[in-house]
Amino acid sequence: MPVEIDIDHVARLARVALTDDEKVRMRDQLAVILEHAAKVGEVAAADMPPTASPIPQVNVFRDDAPEPSVTHEAALANAPAEVDGRFLVPRIAETGS
Amino acid sequence: MTELCDLTGSELASRLRGGEITAVELAESSLGRREALDDRVGAFLTPTPEVALERATELDTYLSTGAPQSGVAGIPLALKDVLTTRGIRTTCGSKILETYVPPYDATAWTRLSGAGSTLVGKTNCDEFAMGSSNENSAFGPVHNPWDLAMVPGGSSGGSAAAVSSGMAVWALGTDTGGSVRQPASLSGVVGFKPTYGRISRYGLVAFASSLDTVGTFTRSVRDAATLLGVMAGKDHRDATSLDADVSDFADGIDAGVAGLRVGVLAEAFGEGVEPDVAASVRAACDRLPALGAEVGEATLPHAEYALSAYYLIAPSEASSNLARYDGVRYGLRVEGDDSIEMMFRTRGAGFGPEVKRRIMLGTYALSAGYYEAYYGQAQKVRTLILRDYAAAFERFDVLVSPTSPTTAFPIGAKADDPMAMYLNDIFTIPANLGGVPAISVPCGLDAKGLPIGLQLTAKALDEATLFRAAAALESDLGLELRPPLLAGV
Repeated sequence: MPVEIDIDHVARLARVALTDDEKVRMRDQLAVILEHAAKVGEVAAADMPPTASPIPQVNVFRDDAPEPSVTHEAALANAPAEVDGRFLVPRIAETGS
Repeated sequence: MTELCDLTGSELASRLRGGEITAVELAESSLGRREALDDRVGAFLTPTPEVALERATELDTYLSTGAPQSGVAGIPLALKDVLTTRGIRTTCGSKILETYVPPYDATAWTRLSGAGSTLVGKTNCDEFAMGSSNENSAFGPVHNPWDLAMVPGGSSGGSAAAVSSGMAVWALGTDTGGSVRQPASLSGVVGFKPTYGRISRYGLVAFASSLDTVGTFTRSVRDAATLLGVMAGKDHRDATSLDADVSDFADGIDAGVAGLRVGVLAEAFGEGVEPDVAASVRAACDRLPALGAEVGEATLPHAEYALSAYYLIAPSEASSNLARYDGVRYGLRVEGDDSIEMMFRTRGAGFGPEVKRRIMLGTYALSAGYYEAYYGQAQKVRTLILRDYAAAFERFDVLVSPTSPTTAFPIGAKADDPMAMYLNDIFTIPANLGGVPAISVPCGLDAKGLPIGLQLTAKALDEATLFRAAAALESDLGLELRPPLLAGV
């Protein structure tokens, strides 16, 4: 049974603007994909530990010693807009769209 | 006619060392091949002929002093466009990074560059490495050198096509769900994915961080081992890079398969696998006992759930990794009345349909109320896959299956059916979930004359055994594969 997805809600969370056509197509396609993906629910007991990564290492630290990073110029080189050596963006809205 | 650009890296390194050829001659051979063919193939997004000739000229001067050289020095190399190259445009196949020029080099590239590699260009790929056909590139598809109407596979289609057609002697790709092995299989070259963590991911633009792996396209198994030897090793800039011994991976590569336990995966020959593919892979397996291998039947009981788990884990991680493309610091910006509106519009305009699909899928799978049922559950399946591999590797040293259920398909044939496209990776995905090394070697052609690939998988960090088995098969099969396209050059 196809899954019902609130496309508008998900698009808002993802900050991706979709046209109406895209929304319709996306709703159908995601429903089909999720139906297949939901197969994962058929296996595994509740006590099966999850695996986030295939390698054994965790909590990899380095010495807290400063190292050179990118220069100011390099960091700004791809900026769509800049002013006074800072990234220039449209005003930050008080509430999200 | 076979030219310099069609030879293997090891053969060319030997000729360079012996003074029979110069690095400039070799660079010109690959560059010339690209000029002759790439308007029909579409493998390159950013060719770098000036850089290539400059480096080759420097190298020739260095070599004339008699100084020792690495096995990669002077060999024309292409890089998939998701690997950053300082000062050279890196697009990830996306409009959102169409003019992006990175301020840093990927470690994999730094190591090859430091050893004298000649960079011939950045190759076309599916957008942000998401796809199995290279039809998701924002800059046009790649055409398979074996039949220009067919896809080369993906997501590293450009790198596969470049090596297959002689435009590069070898190339790097990235493999998250099969994106090196599957295009290698469809394009008739060797495609290798090392153990996760072997090669630093610093500079590999992130798609799915627990799955992404730098891989190689070469014309021989030995060449893959050579490249790995230069790139592998801990990098403090990548917390997931392994502190494992970097041996000479080509050492013992000709030892053969006597005594090796080979497990042929039972579930990999069923419905959905083209008859020619199944027959060709089985025929190759049937040659192994004569070479001294013990061949048996293996199984990964939960492999049927691997695809589902992958299409939850990878998009989830991607939704997080691609959040950085917001029009603020780099890349495309579409203006808005406020920053949030700017971000919505930038991402709506900058991402293609497959990328949007996966971001949405991942966002949904991680959202409140759904996390446990989808992402959480997929991670449990991942544990099961790891356990399946552990059990299989108790009984076998290498596992065998077809790399891809089909050979190359026509451009446009599966573009409207995401699920059909995802099924291309059904045999490659488990190795990404398990983090284990795997390699695709050409094992024949189908009735249409399209390449078939056989995949070998070994346990984590056992690349030596993987290369040994692959090299033995490669040598025994003795295939001389040359795309018909090259008849005219």
